[in-house]
Amino acid sequence: MVKILHAKEVSFIWDILNEIPDPEIPVISLVELGVVRGVEWVDTQLQITITPTYSGCPAMRMMEMDIEQSLRKEGITDFKIAMQYHPAWTTDWMSEATKSKLKTYGIAPPQAHTKQRIGVLISDAPTEVACPQCNSVNTKLISEFGSTACKSLMKCNDCLEAFDYFKCI
Amino acid sequence: MNSQASLFQYILKIADNQLILGHRLSEQCSKGPFLEEDIACSNIALDLIGAANSLYIYAAAIEGENKTEDDLVFLRSERAFRNVLLVEQPNTDFAYIMCRQFLFDTYDYFFQLALQKSKDETLAAIAAKTIKESTYHLRHSGNWIIRLGDGTAESNTRLKAAFTNLWCYVEELFEQDAAELDLVAQGIAVDTQLIKSQFNSHIAEIMQTAGMEIPTGIFMQSGGKKGVHTEYLGFLLAEMQSVHRSFPGVKW
Repeated sequence: MVKILHAKEVSFIWDILNEIPDPEIPVISLVELGVVRGVEWVDTQLQITITPTYSGCPAMRMMEMDIEQSLRKEGITDFKIAMQYHPAWTTDWMSEATKSKLKTYGIAPPQAHTKQRIGVLISDAPTEVACPQCNSVNTKLISEFGSTACKSLMKCNDCLEAFDYFKCI
Repeated sequence: MNSQASLFQYILKIADNQLILGHRLSEQCSKGPFLEEDIACSNIALDLIGAANSLYIYAAAIEGENKTEDDLVFLRSERAFRNVLLVEQPNTDFAYIMCRQFLFDTYDYFFQLALQKSKDETLAAIAAKTIKESTYHLRHSGNWIIRLGDGTAESNTRLKAAFTNLWCYVEELFEQDAAELDLVAQGIAVDTQLIKSQFNSHIAEIMQTAGMEIPTGIFMQSGGKKGVHTEYLGFLLAEMQSVHRSFPGVKW
């Protein structure tokens, strides 16, 4: 009986977390981003496990605070947020639905790892990224570093719009 | 030194390199040659400081003296820092900054690749995270070495001077003391001698593409790993630690 009650509560918590938007890309939630790795009971305390996207992402603190506030708003006060490093966060965790939300928002979604070589040579930089405005793959990389740690700055050679590309890591 | 104490020192060596280089690079914020590059340097600085933060949290737990990552960063004095001399060298011109980044990024890339196989699960997990970032750091600085070396006569001259000035700090990257060798034997630490050939061949490949020659006959400097630093570290720490030391325990 106790276990069933807990299982219900856990799915309720997931629902709350799935409503929390990413502080920098508000069209996707922390769950869709892949930051929330687990919700479980450790003895009598609820534990939310999260993983960092980028080591130095300034939004991580914000995400923790948002989780804390959302849970407190629902009357949940006894919980712990734990940080987990393994397995390391990857953009491969994003679903196709999440990627299409990014695209609609104007951010080119990350390519799958299998489609992109990840290496240290210049030729390993992203190629064939489709422009989120006109879908042309005739695009070029302006800078591997963009408005946030997770994005590169690209430009479409056809519609001439500059756009953000969610880096594949 | 017992094994917990040597592990603590080992984590500090890795973290101090990233922290000090990250801080150095953050000094460039708003001084980049153009906007995108300014953002790139700030982004890389953030990655480095973030990776160091994860390591300091682990180091504080290993030390077991109820300290926090902030204590390790803001309340240690110069002689207690274990970073290599290369990363504390001051920012001069852009060629010099990129040369410093390139030498460290190349070392760090092969180091993090190897550290992922550490028998210490926390170090291996942090390395698996860090390697994703080290990869694009190296792509970034390697790209600049080629552009500057193969660019104008002025950029080539400046880059050549940078390599000549910084090459003396290369050997220290691979230095290992007895405590570290002990951790290597236990499968915890990376045997830096084993990554040296990968380091050399990547440096050689990029420098050749850039039309640069590897400096020869340079007398190698060391001391940072033992806490004996160049005069530049003291000034860096004075600035980095001033707020925390002036207002102990301050939070915002």
